[in-house]
Amino acid sequence: MKRTLAILTANPLSLLGLVLVFVVVFSAVFADFIAPFPEHAGAVVDFANFNQPPQWPYIFGTDLVGRDLFTRVIYAYRISLILGIVVLAIAVPIGVSIGLVAGYLGGRTEYVLMRLTDVFLSVPPLVLAMSIMGVLKPTLANGMLAVTVMWWPWYTRLVYNITRGEKEEGYVLAAEVIGASRLHIIFREILPNCVPAIVTKMTLDMGFVILIASSLSFLGLGVQPPTPDLGSMVADGAKYLPDSWWLTIFPGLAILVAVFGFNLIGDALRDILGAEQ
Amino acid sequence: MTAPILELDNVSKTFGTGDDVVQAAQSISFGVTKGECLAIVGESGSGKSTVANMILGIYPPTSGEIHLNGSVLPSRRQLAHRRAIQLVQQNPLSSLNPKRSIGASLRLALDVHEIGAKNERADLVSALLEEVGLPADYAKRSPTALSGGQRQRVAIARALACQSQLVVLDEPTSALDVLVQARVLKLLNQLRETRNLTFVFITHDLSVVRNIASRIAVFERGRMIELGDTSTLFSNPAHPYTRRLISAVPVVTDEEAALRSALAAGLEDTN
Repeated sequence: MKRTLAILTANPLSLLGLVLVFVVVFSAVFADFIAPFPEHAGAVVDFANFNQPPQWPYIFGTDLVGRDLFTRVIYAYRISLILGIVVLAIAVPIGVSIGLVAGYLGGRTEYVLMRLTDVFLSVPPLVLAMSIMGVLKPTLANGMLAVTVMWWPWYTRLVYNITRGEKEEGYVLAAEVIGASRLHIIFREILPNCVPAIVTKMTLDMGFVILIASSLSFLGLGVQPPTPDLGSMVADGAKYLPDSWWLTIFPGLAILVAVFGFNLIGDALRDILGAEQ
Repeated sequence: MTAPILELDNVSKTFGTGDDVVQAAQSISFGVTKGECLAIVGESGSGKSTVANMILGIYPPTSGEIHLNGSVLPSRRQLAHRRAIQLVQQNPLSSLNPKRSIGASLRLALDVHEIGAKNERADLVSALLEEVGLPADYAKRSPTALSGGQRQRVAIARALACQSQLVVLDEPTSALDVLVQARVLKLLNQLRETRNLTFVFITHDLSVVRNIASRIAVFERGRMIELGDTSTLFSNPAHPYTRRLISAVPVVTDEEAALRSALAAGLEDTN
C-alpha cells in the first residue's frame, strides 16, 4: 500500500490523477462548506442575476434561473460520486461472485452463467440503460439500477478469465487435497489473487460510471431537476451555445476532470499491480 | 508381511470417449506397506501422475478399486480420507498461495480437520515449521519472500499438518537445484522415520529415489512393467525398459563417491 502510494506520487501523470480525484472527492464531501450558495443546489429562483457570465461572486456564472453554477457543479459531484460508489458497490460483488463460481466450478454452471453474462454484454450499454430507464421512472435510484445492470457482466468476464488461470495453480490443488470447502477455495484462495485486477478496474470504472450516468441525464433519463447533475446541466446549457458558453463548458469540464482523474489513477494502478504478478 | 496401508486392485483409467480414447493407466495393482517408500518411476506420459491423482482422489479410476487400510476409497472422498492421504507437489512456486501467508496456508489444514484447539493452532503451525527446519516466525511471511527449497519445506509441513499416514510426493525435488534437492530428500527421509510415514514417490529420475525408496515400480505407457526391491531392480532389472532407465542414471566412480561423502560430512552442519 505504502509502496503503491509512493509510485503513484512519483509519476507526474498519476500524481495529476491523484490531485484531480482529491479535488473531486474533497468538493463532494465538503460541498456544504465550499459552496458559496448552498441553497442554490435546490429549487431557487433569482431572476435579478440570471444567465450571468463568470464574475464575482459567481465564478462559473449563473444559470437561466439565476443559480450559482459553481455551487451546482460541486453538489453535482456529490451526486455523481454517490452514484458511482453505489453502482460499483452492488455491481462488483455480484459480477465477481458469478465470475468466480463460473470459472472455478466449470461445466454446466459455467455454461449457464457465462451465456447469461454474454446476453447482457451483447446489448450496447447505453441502449440497455436507456431501455431500463424508459420503463422505469427517471429517478436517481432507478438510474443507479440501470447502470448497475449493465455494469456487473464486465466484472464477471474479468474475474472468470483470471479464475480459469488460477484454478490450475498448485495452491488450489493443495487446498482441494486438504479437503477445504469450495467456498473457502473460491473466496479465500482464488479471490485474493483477483483483487489487484478488480481494484484497478474499479478505479477506471468510477470515471466511466460518472460518464455514463451523465450521458443518461444528458438524454433526460437520469437525475431530475432541481437536483444538480453534470449531464443535465450540459444538456440544458447546450441550447444556449455559444452565447451562454459557461452553462455548458464548466459542467463539461467538471465531467472531464472526474473521468480523467480516475482514469489516470486506474492506469497507474494497472501498471503497478500488473507488474507484481 | 503386514497388511498394506494402500492397495491398488486392477485400477485402470481412460480419458476421452469414442475414437479419442487414451488409456492413461491399465490394470495397475500394487500395495504399499506402512512405513515404506514406494517409488513410481517413468517418463512423462507413462501414467505415473494419473496413478498419483487417483490415489489422491482428484479423479476416480475408470475401473478397479483403491483400498486404504483395507476399506475401499469412494470416488467422492470424505474428510477422513483427505486427511489420511496428503500431497507434496513438484512446483513450490505455485503450490503456495502468493496472497496468503505461510502461516495461513499451514493453518488451513488444521482448521479443515479441526486439529488442536483453536487457540493452540498458532503454536502447532510454529511446531510444524520447526519440524521442517524453518524458523517459527516464517509463519507471518509471504511465500514470495522464500527460496524454492524453503517453500518446498513449507509444502512438506502442510502435508504433515493433517497428521496424514500416506504422502504422495509428486516430483518433490525436480524443481530444486542439486544441493537443495539433497537436503529436502534428507528431510523427507527423517520425517518418514520420526512420523512413521508412508511415501509414494513419483519421479522420472531413478537416481533421486535410489537412496530413499525401498521398492520401485517402473511405468511405461500406462502399464506397470516392473516392481521390485530397489537393490534387486538396480542389480538385476528384468525389463529392457528398466535397463534403459538405469543406464541413463549418471555413473559415479569410487573416487567420486568417496569425495562426495567427504563433502557431505562437511555439509551436515550447514544444513
